Amino acid sequence: MIEGISIYDILTLTTILFFIGVYGFLTRKNLISILISVEMILNASVVNFVVINKYLYPDILQGTLFSIFIIAVAAAETALAVAIIINLYRQISSVEVKDTEVMKF
Amino acid sequence: MDLSNILLMRFEVILLVVILLLIVGEIFISQAKKDAVIHLSIFLFGLHTAIGFLNLEEGRLFGGMFHTNAMIELFKNILNIGVLILLLQSGDWVKEKIMKNSRGTEFFILLFSSLLGMYFMISSGDFLMFYLGLELSTLPVAALAAYETTKRISSESGIKLILSAAMASGTALMGISFLYATSGSIYFNDIILTVGANNLTLLGFVLFIAGLAFKISLVPFHFWTADVYEGAPIAIASYLSVISKGAAVFILMILLFTVFKPLMEIWDKLLYGIAVATMFLGNLFALRQQNMKRFLAYSSIAQAGFILLGLMIGNQLGAATVMYFVLIYIFSNLAAFGVVQAISLQTGKELMGDYEGLYRTNPNLSLIMMLALFSLAGIPPVAGFFGKFFLFTAAASEGYYFLVFLAVFNVTISLYYYLLVVRAMFLRKSNNAIPYFENKIYMRLGLLIAVIGILVLGIYSPVYEYIYELSANLQ
Repeated sequence: MIEGISIYDILTLTTILFFIGVYGFLTRKNLISILISVEMILNASVVNFVVINKYLYPDILQGTLFSIFIIAVAAAETALAVAIIINLYRQISSVEVKDTEVMKF
Repeated sequence: MDLSNILLMRFEVILLVVILLLIVGEIFISQAKKDAVIHLSIFLFGLHTAIGFLNLEEGRLFGGMFHTNAMIELFKNILNIGVLILLLQSGDWVKEKIMKNSRGTEFFILLFSSLLGMYFMISSGDFLMFYLGLELSTLPVAALAAYETTKRISSESGIKLILSAAMASGTALMGISFLYATSGSIYFNDIILTVGANNLTLLGFVLFIAGLAFKISLVPFHFWTADVYEGAPIAIASYLSVISKGAAVFILMILLFTVFKPLMEIWDKLLYGIAVATMFLGNLFALRQQNMKRFLAYSSIAQAGFILLGLMIGNQLGAATVMYFVLIYIFSNLAAFGVVQAISLQTGKELMGDYEGLYRTNPNLSLIMMLALFSLAGIPPVAGFFGKFFLFTAAASEGYYFLVFLAVFNVTISLYYYLLVVRAMFLRKSNNAIPYFENKIYMRLGLLIAVIGILVLGIYSPVYEYIYELSANLQ
């Protein structure tokens, strides 16, 4: 609990963060930037879990525990995505989205 | 908690042992004898499948995070059979294409890890276990999709799958966090008590459904499907379309029918729209496909639309018809993918035009393909007809007449493109038809089991009655 900051402020912030992530995911032209956008979405929900736990249900640490698992899984996800991107880069020497459009419709 | 409770996780424990054995095998089996890994993993998994049919008690573990009952057990068995057929069909592919680069063992380890994730996902009793299961089932498949590292489209399909999957799971997590905010718990049993139609719950629910809809490739979230299926190895495309989709449908069904039951009036309308959109888009896009893998991808999207019809009913009948349909769909799609894989392995051809005149050179393969496509389309003597028939009857019994009309209309469209393939195989003549070839024993066995499934499931009615009986566990 932080003095002077209500839960609405923080939830508004995380929701904005979430939609920045969605916007970035849809508009970025670079695979790494898309990955960063996805991380933003995941981190928005991590903050959400912690804040909801702290402000609304401080007795049981379910939300905080959940957020630790999300961070761990997100790291695995990123590692795998970067590995695939590197493998793609070896073949086409590019990480631009427009170069990965061999298959369409 | 005494140790015998762990036996409730028998499926998970045995599969984990299989994975560990394979890791040990990877270390100790010498490079010259690496082929033995294929036989070893098929044998071990066959054993695991057989043990799965032994009776298992109901129960909960870890304070309700993990639960199991007869229906969940049945579904794990269905998944096991599907994976076993898949292993049989892809054994030769691993041997000829993958073993050369000495990367064969990972294929099985990753595949089994993904299956382990699905077990945990469908047995989950809270959102944490659900999320971990979902991720464990998705990430290895993304690695497998990019498995043919020398092929460009394989990497492309891998990156498309992992980014869409991460996006979808992020969206689902946001939804779960809102559900947690309104109900104060991540356990399904606690959420059932408090869930109500307030705005934040609905927002969370919709975001959460988006995450699962991605795995089932329902329409607004289907864009990855065709690309990933085309680029990934056929075994993985088959896995994604059958096992992964089946498990996601099953957990979606459990969640909708138990946890979100109080919101039924809302998700009914949601699913109505998604079902109509999914059926139409899947079918219309399937019409213009030339590549067999893309074709089967869009056909699997359309089939997911049909499955939603059963989900909308929300009672025991709905659950039974959905499970029955998924069971038949697994066998039919595995048979179709098996034929595509056999032909692709021998000749490298994947286009519909290459199948012209197949009946003259490979009558058995084309007959299997015909049966599989007839089953997917729902033509009477084969099982697919009964699956669709029960599904539509169940939907009509709840008064969704217009939706059933739209679904039947879609079946007509789908019949056209399924018959396009049948026409290419049986009626067209071609000068450079695929020459005759003999399949290896594993591939034959895999195709045989799938065909037996297609033929027997529809005619042998106790299967449906058994599933219906077990569906009572859902309430």
